[in-house]
Amino acid sequence: MEDFPVLEMKHISKSFPGVMANDDISLQLKKGEVHALLGENGAGKTTLMNILFGIYHADRGEVFINNGKVSITSPSHALKYGIGMVQQHFTLVPSFTVAENVVLGLKDFGFVIKTKTVESKIKELSEAYGLPVNPRARVWTLSVGERQRIEILKLLYTGAGIIILDEPTAVLTPQESDMLFKAIRKLVSEGSSVIFISHKLDEVLAISDRITVLRGGKVVGTVEREKIDRRGLVRMMVGRDVLLDQEKPVVETGRAILKIENLNVKNDKDLMSVRDLSLEIRSGEILGIAGVAGNGQRELAEAIYGLRKKVSGRIELDGHELRQGNVAERIRAGLSFIPQDRKTMATCPNLSVMSNLFMKNSICELVHCSPWKLDGRRMHSKADELIGEFSISTPSAKTEVRYLSGGNLQKVVLARELSNEPKVIIAEHPTRGLDIGAMEFVYKSLLSQKERGAAILLLAGELYEIFRLSDRVAVIYEGQIMGYTPPDPSYIEEIGFMMAGARQEDH
Amino acid sequence: MKIRIEKRLEIPRYAGIIVPVISVAVALLIMGIILLVFFVGRLGNLSSAFRETVEAYKEMLTWPFANRYGLFSTFMRMVPLAFVALGLSFAYRMKIWNIGGEGQLYMGAMVSTWGALFLFKDVKSPLIMIVLLSIVGAAAGAAWALIPALMKAFARTDEIVVTLMLNYVAIFWVDYLVYGPWKDPKGYGFPGTAPFPDQARLPSFFDDEFHIGVFIALAVAVLLQYIYRKTGWGFNSQIVGDNLLAARYSGINVRNYTIIALVVSGAIAGLGGAVQMMGVQHRLQHGFSPGYGYTAIIVAWLAKLNPLAILLVSFLFGGLLVGNDQLQMFYKLPMALISVFQGLVLFCLLGGEAVSKYRLAIVKEVPENE
Ligand SMILES: Nc1ncnc2c1ncn2[C@@H]1O[C@H](COP(=O)(O)OP(=O)(O)OP(=O)(O)O)[C@@H](O)[C@H]1O
Ligand SMILES: [Mg+2]
Repeated sequence: MEDFPVLEMKHISKSFPGVMANDDISLQLKKGEVHALLGENGAGKTTLMNILFGIYHADRGEVFINNGKVSITSPSHALKYGIGMVQQHFTLVPSFTVAENVVLGLKDFGFVIKTKTVESKIKELSEAYGLPVNPRARVWTLSVGERQRIEILKLLYTGAGIIILDEPTAVLTPQESDMLFKAIRKLVSEGSSVIFISHKLDEVLAISDRITVLRGGKVVGTVEREKIDRRGLVRMMVGRDVLLDQEKPVVETGRAILKIENLNVKNDKDLMSVRDLSLEIRSGEILGIAGVAGNGQRELAEAIYGLRKKVSGRIELDGHELRQGNVAERIRAGLSFIPQDRKTMATCPNLSVMSNLFMKNSICELVHCSPWKLDGRRMHSKADELIGEFSISTPSAKTEVRYLSGGNLQKVVLARELSNEPKVIIAEHPTRGLDIGAMEFVYKSLLSQKERGAAILLLAGELYEIFRLSDRVAVIYEGQIMGYTPPDPSYIEEIGFMMAGARQEDH
Repeated sequence: MKIRIEKRLEIPRYAGIIVPVISVAVALLIMGIILLVFFVGRLGNLSSAFRETVEAYKEMLTWPFANRYGLFSTFMRMVPLAFVALGLSFAYRMKIWNIGGEGQLYMGAMVSTWGALFLFKDVKSPLIMIVLLSIVGAAAGAAWALIPALMKAFARTDEIVVTLMLNYVAIFWVDYLVYGPWKDPKGYGFPGTAPFPDQARLPSFFDDEFHIGVFIALAVAVLLQYIYRKTGWGFNSQIVGDNLLAARYSGINVRNYTIIALVVSGAIAGLGGAVQMMGVQHRLQHGFSPGYGYTAIIVAWLAKLNPLAILLVSFLFGGLLVGNDQLQMFYKLPMALISVFQGLVLFCLLGGEAVSKYRLAIVKEVPENE
């Protein structure tokens, strides 16, 4: 019974104004398999899964579950068929506890919620699948990784047998990803089926049994894991080879552009999370910061950018001290920031691509026009230019960005932050959610910014990326820099020690 | 097979027009039934009550738009609604919920009266007088909105509560003046000030049936349209309205934007108060506004904060008010019934909007999974 298809999608098509997001897609999911869905940003992966989960309705096509035709009209309806989905962007209620969030959305909990039973059931599940959470914790206090575990437990709680994970690892630390993979393996060994979306090819190759590749809303093909390698997948996805390992340009570094001395910053919970940190980045240099997520990276970035007040210390940009909490001054001085929350901070979901590209227009001028007479035509043509240059796939510059796929949203942010000749760039997870082609593009752009003379602070989760781009690697632990290494994989062990809190021995 | 109600994922474009039209139609239908019952009570038999209802309906819907006097009255009712709604749109675009249009209107009226009767008593030129009164009226509205603005910007108080409370303060303040120190000694005990001097009256035409306030409102609307679409302010206010965090990230000074939004919002409403005094009332009176400031909230919202649409919607609402006046005068309907009608229209509009967010879905029962 191994090959029994628990789910079949046949000839699914879905179009949005200006795009054919899914074009005659067929997909089969077998019992007990992990089926990966691969494709460039905007290829239609999320759309296809949203159709399966009842969020969208297909224009054409049919869905069969256990060989019976079904029509799924809403997420709660999908849950009844045993289909559960962890969305690309989560849907938890921050002020509720974990247990309350799990119960929420269940149809049959009656009037009185038996919190105790729910809590113990969650505990049970979380232990069985190795997904640690505290059922009593309020969601807002939790990290992204923990939130995602809750989303998954929520599905397990409802007894979903078909589990859709849309880019689950984009926001996870490597350790958390391992945890997730263990849970997935256990799930499929018990007969559940998993659809897994990711842009990280190594993960896809590690976890899946079969892989379906989409491009431009169409199926390129479905292959068995054993019959393909990394390069083959890239070819299927992008239609060409992608070179992530380009040569780093050799740049003569100049004067120190960004200088930080004895910086102290508190986090949202009012704990000191950047402690006495000093660093310096020269023009033409990329400093990569490695560290386990939550060790002060975010607070460091936000304090430099002026969104978070520093408790003490000094931040200097090109010789001028930056005042407390003044973002406008920093933008004017040529500081760019690619934050990790593209949805909550870096974009306005209900405004057009064009508006989002010109969000900082009043301060840094992408097009020269008076604030009393914006030149719509010029802004429009500049927007079209950026859309082309950064290959943002959107029906038009007028499309509201909430309709953009995750990766394309990130490209909008990049286009804005990189197109104004910044002096300093703070890049926090700049390739999160990007497909491999786009990743290559971001690498190229950051490296060419460096060549131009920008000083770049790179905060990334993946060492691979840090090695690829940086000139120096600093390791952060509990808000302090433990030491520096050259960007070379041979130092990985030393970096690992420092990430765990060991100080670099003096050389 | 089951029918279920679910939330719509996307609301179709045409809903912005269709939903209000249907809502108003529903309100009219319910009103018709109430009227019919009322007339049956009065006339005692169904067929004549039915005829009377149809007549009353015709009167209410045609009079405000289809003849000269009705049309002028409609315009006059439209002006204060339009001013306040235009003002509100300025703040609402940033999701700053100014509910204080009524109070800002009253303050504008009050201070312009002060100017007309006391402060600028010796100004003889109508042009200078009108400009001066407009300025002080707008300044008064602005000052009244500055209170919640500062409280919101510096103490993070909720502007909804504060602006609402200040409405009552403004209304009682005006009452105090018109019943007390400003009361017209020649007014036969009527709660109102002395009439404005001639130079403090807006130019008007057609036997004073129509004053130039309509054109001032039009000018303000055009100006706002320009600001919203063509200026950096208009652009940034959209960002503030959509995502506060993104606004801070973009280097927008959210505090300044908040203060300016409320102050300008109040200034436009205050100007409306001055225009209403100079154009129609010619004296400050107890209760001169039958809640224009509240109706304007609905107007602004129905017009989706678009200035030119606000003119149109306030014209239609003006017509509704005039039609109701007509019913009250010629069919001797009690005031309470008129209030019920107006409430019904608002209720149906709000209800229609809420309902249109949902749809009916037909759901097949789930087959048993093995
Ligand atoms: N609600 C919508 N309205 C209009 N267009 C949409 C909507 N949802 C998605 N699209 C468009 O459909 C296309 C496919 O988007 P989808 O989100 O499925 O991509 P994806 O493969 O998940 O990409 P990513 O890897 O970046 O997440 C995109 O071009 C997107 O702009
Ligand atoms: Mg997606």
